Amino acid sequence: MAIKVTLPAAFTRHTDGRKQFDSAAQNLPGLIADIDQTFPALGTQIKGDDGKLRRFINIYVNDEDIRFLGGETYAFQDGDEVMLIPSIAGGTI
Amino acid sequence: MTYSCSAYELKCNECGKRFGNQPLSACPDCLAPLEVVYNLEAARGIFTREAIAAGPPSIWRYAALLPIPEGHQPDLPVGFTPLIKANNLGKRIGATNLYVKNDAVCFPTLSFKDRVVSVALANAQRFGFDTVGCSSTGNLANSVAAQAARLGIKACILVPAELEAAKILNTQVYGARLVRIDGNYDHVNRLCSQIAEEYNWGFVNVNLRPYYAEGSKTVGYEIAEKLGWRLPDNVVVPMAGGSLIRKIRKAFHELIYLGLVEEKPVRFFGAQATGCSPISQAVKLGNDFIEPQRPNTIARSLAIGNPADGPAASQMIRATGGWAEDVSDVELVSGIQELAESEGIFTETAGGVTTAVTARLYASGRISPDELTVACITGNGLKTTDALAGHYREERAVRPRLADFDAYLRELDGVAEPELAVAGGNHGN
Repeated sequence: MAIKVTLPAAFTRHTDGRKQFDSAAQNLPGLIADIDQTFPALGTQIKGDDGKLRRFINIYVNDEDIRFLGGETYAFQDGDEVMLIPSIAGGTI
Repeated sequence: MTYSCSAYELKCNECGKRFGNQPLSACPDCLAPLEVVYNLEAARGIFTREAIAAGPPSIWRYAALLPIPEGHQPDLPVGFTPLIKANNLGKRIGATNLYVKNDAVCFPTLSFKDRVVSVALANAQRFGFDTVGCSSTGNLANSVAAQAARLGIKACILVPAELEAAKILNTQVYGARLVRIDGNYDHVNRLCSQIAEEYNWGFVNVNLRPYYAEGSKTVGYEIAEKLGWRLPDNVVVPMAGGSLIRKIRKAFHELIYLGLVEEKPVRFFGAQATGCSPISQAVKLGNDFIEPQRPNTIARSLAIGNPADGPAASQMIRATGGWAEDVSDVELVSGIQELAESEGIFTETAGGVTTAVTARLYASGRISPDELTVACITGNGLKTTDALAGHYREERAVRPRLADFDAYLRELDGVAEPELAVAGGNHGN
């Protein structure tokens, strides 16, 4: 089983310019672990001090926000296209 | 594609790193959104009541605190819309000190988006983009198309396929390329962030977003100036992405810092449609995160299910002692009618949301009748007439005779005319 992961340009400095890679991860925590292993600098960048994915990153699975699919509990299906996209804008108070 | 400027630059809200001026919306290191920060000390002698009063009757009177590149000569009279005392609406909803900020008549495309677009396009020109674009729920599309046409810049605009017909027409008429996307706003927005990476285009609400968002501050400046340089007690603001409400507060803070108004606590109230209410839900539940929703409301200009500024807006509202409410589609249509019937202002669905939420805030006692409260109306009803379909039946045509007219009025008012009553009686025989 494999999923296809797409990264935004902002992340590619940590991946030798690669915007896409395949992963055998079963779910989101598995994907983050995979990124930690394959692209450690990216793993550091996308996580906050608490070790969780930064809140400015949205994850989409085949055009759907992963939060509508169960978030971390969603089991990736073979061929899923998973996209990491920084949320546009936002801000602090 | 950068420019240097001593008056303002981009700064990361999280790590504090500064980035000069470039088309960039997120910090490359911590991915947090960037915001325009100003050298407020340098503005102290320039951004004064007197200097502003001597400026043009448009948002450009506040140019000293907008990210406008040096040498840019704005020529469209954007903004500076009326702030009216809403006595009639007030009587209906139990308010004695209510004002309406009327961006239904903002120039040139009849929504508050004209403010943000004019600031964004000034920067698009400075950065040298020959094509600009946006993801839009409609009003932004109209404004980008119109102002790009005026500046001679090409525009490519992406909208959800289900948008109101008037908003699509109001974009195409300016000669813009309009692409309908088979999805909701959040799908469109995501696609735009990908396009902005692949194409060298200036997306006003993606890579130009920090500049774009600053234009919203002018709503706050105008409220304060038109109140005679004082701040209101409460502001009621519609929320889609959650940016406007924050920028009005930023404007108030700047005015306080520079001594143009006296410091006072202002409470901020957010308005959403129940069919897309992720920020109002966060406020009500006290969450500092947003639970995304799949929008299902006729208030399409507020239908952003995953609002980027939502967490910040929610925290800010609670920090000011304000609140957020959401109303049904039925209530928002009543809100449109109520504002039109009482104040002669025809607003779009988002304005119906704001009006209905304002009424509820008074009814629930969250706003007291005598507090100085400003409700922000952000768009024009002519763009969303679909919302009123079926609410007014087409009456029969009357013969061009005084007697017929007279009889018709009696009929409408339910006054039975003696002869007609007799005639009616005869029919029954």
